[in-house]
Amino acid sequence: MSKGSDFDLAIQAKQLSRRFGDLKAIDRLDLNVQKCRIYGFLGPNGCGKTTAIRMLTGLLKPSSGEIQVLGLSLPKDAEKLRLRMGYMTQRFSLYNDLTVKENLQFIAKIYGLAGKKQTRRISELLSTYGLDQKKQQLAGSMSGGQRQRLSLAAATLHKPELLFLDEPTSAVDPENRREFWEQLFDLCDQGTSILVSTHYMDEAERCHKLAILEDGAKRADGTPDELMSNMAAQVVEIEADGLRQLKQRLIALPDVITAAQLGSRLRVLVKNTVHEPLVFLQHNTKLEADKLNIVRPSLEDVFITCTGGGRQ
Amino acid sequence: MMRSLYRIQAIFFKELVQLKRDKMTFGMVVMIPLVQLMLFGYAINTNVRHIPVALVDHSQTAISRVLVQTVEATQVVTVTQKYFDLKSAQAALEQAQVRAILIIPHDVSQRLARHRSVGFGLPASSDEETSRPIAQWLVDGSDTMIAAAIKGLKNMPLAELLSKPANRGTPTFEVTLFYNPEQRTAVNIVPGLLGIILTMTMIMFTSGAIVREREQGNMEMLITTPIRSIELMLGKIIPYIFIGLIQVFIILSLGYFVFNVPINGGLGALFSVTLLFIAASLTLGLVISTIATNQLQSMQMTIFVLLPSILLSGFMFPYEGMPKAAQYIAEILPATHYMRLIRGVILRDVGFTDMMPDIYWLIIFTAAGLTIASLRFKKNLD
Repeated sequence: MSKGSDFDLAIQAKQLSRRFGDLKAIDRLDLNVQKCRIYGFLGPNGCGKTTAIRMLTGLLKPSSGEIQVLGLSLPKDAEKLRLRMGYMTQRFSLYNDLTVKENLQFIAKIYGLAGKKQTRRISELLSTYGLDQKKQQLAGSMSGGQRQRLSLAAATLHKPELLFLDEPTSAVDPENRREFWEQLFDLCDQGTSILVSTHYMDEAERCHKLAILEDGAKRADGTPDELMSNMAAQVVEIEADGLRQLKQRLIALPDVITAAQLGSRLRVLVKNTVHEPLVFLQHNTKLEADKLNIVRPSLEDVFITCTGGGRQ
Repeated sequence: MMRSLYRIQAIFFKELVQLKRDKMTFGMVVMIPLVQLMLFGYAINTNVRHIPVALVDHSQTAISRVLVQTVEATQVVTVTQKYFDLKSAQAALEQAQVRAILIIPHDVSQRLARHRSVGFGLPASSDEETSRPIAQWLVDGSDTMIAAAIKGLKNMPLAELLSKPANRGTPTFEVTLFYNPEQRTAVNIVPGLLGIILTMTMIMFTSGAIVREREQGNMEMLITTPIRSIELMLGKIIPYIFIGLIQVFIILSLGYFVFNVPINGGLGALFSVTLLFIAASLTLGLVISTIATNQLQSMQMTIFVLLPSILLSGFMFPYEGMPKAAQYIAEILPATHYMRLIRGVILRDVGFTDMMPDIYWLIIFTAAGLTIASLRFKKNLD
């Protein structure tokens, strides 16, 4: 993949750090997010995803480092950026005691959208996000999926060039989640750059590019395919009986990163330093060769390989 | 500029819709002034009447009974208990069944005959050596108001006791009461209550309104929009200005129709000083909202301001009677200045020139509050 010139970048961060007292929430983060792409932040809870997004939106001042968002340098030009970006917070942050329509009207007014333009844009959003029937309903009485669609409608009302989504699907069922991603791709197709944080693997896999964060530091980044093929481990699946005991024995080995049971199989991550993982495992398990198979790594394997060190 | 007004208006209407849906708060707007005015208007009475007292009559004569009747006729006290010995009377005082004890000695008739207040001629009876007090009061002095009322009986004339024409004599001073000649407490309480109720509701509503946005997470969304802090604040407080005016209307019309409190000053003056006070209270609420992190804290801080506003502002006790230090504190509070202004306008029809110092203070307070609040309210999460 071509690196792309600075001109094509929606977000560029260099050596971005943020401390809260002694805690390093974000530690020397480098970030290049291309325009018209969906970029993902994948990481466990408390890894600094929200802190990073808050700095990139100008809500939080970095302790050190440089940020360029849409050609504006932050936090200096934070106010200018507000007109060009949308932010969907992790928690529902519209008004529970206003109806869907009132919420959207309020946001429209805040962005200076008036009269016919406002009416047109709001009815457009209501139909795009399937909220037509719900427009007189109080936001507080809606389901998680509906509220999330309302939040997205509100965040995109002023047609921002850049959209930040902080764990947008944490309170949403799988079906709504799929629909939601379809809408994100529609937005992306219309030229919106999107940065989304998540701790769901299936969502991360949909991103054009993603960064795996742990303890405020970037452990890996690239397209999901790149990440999987550049992984520092191989995946072997073992079919056998007594998997619980086998697992305990295997994870005690220094060259095995982790082992996880999937039904009747055990999925073992072996470090790349072992050249013949099948031979190595055969030797250690005393099983026949046809019980062991090398399989294609998943994003979850990548995630575990990258972040395992921090688990202790 | 237009955009700015438009955004303020957006917040304003949003606030109105939310207020309309919040039935409880909406009810408080009307009920607080209504209930409190009826309660305080009737209940607070600084003219102490019918204090329960015990009687220990050692003489048991006709004259002692007439004496008791004369004392009761003042309406200051009512004899509720009678005892033969002092000990049981003191027990009653201790148990707070009565607030004072009247002891009439055996020789009450001799004492009376020589007493000046009865007014028998001049002979040696007026001599301090032979003339002694007729009876004695033992008073529970813990409540100074009650003690003062009974102390007031110290020199009561007793001429009527012996059916003699009242010999009032010439008073040292002639007293004429202006503004409230009938000495009705409500006349002073109702305008004062205006200040107290506005202090309470205005500070509480604004501080709560902004803290609520923060508590419910709306602030996180608002700060990512182009809205400026000052716009947000103005949009938030303007609806409450109208609410304040509704409350003023309720209090003053009730005061006028139920308690006959006249409005002597012009409505224009009344309106302007009240608006100023509302503005000052609202900005104080804003400052609180930038400090408090939840609604409970904002409520506590409201009460922290409310108590001195009730006790030091001159609402309950005259400002002049307070020690210097308390007066300095009182001078900071907007309620103190408003108390002077509103009583001046309603009761005495004071001219603007005389009100200027208090008006200036309210303006300074509002400007300072607004500045502090906008400075403290940051549009980021640091």
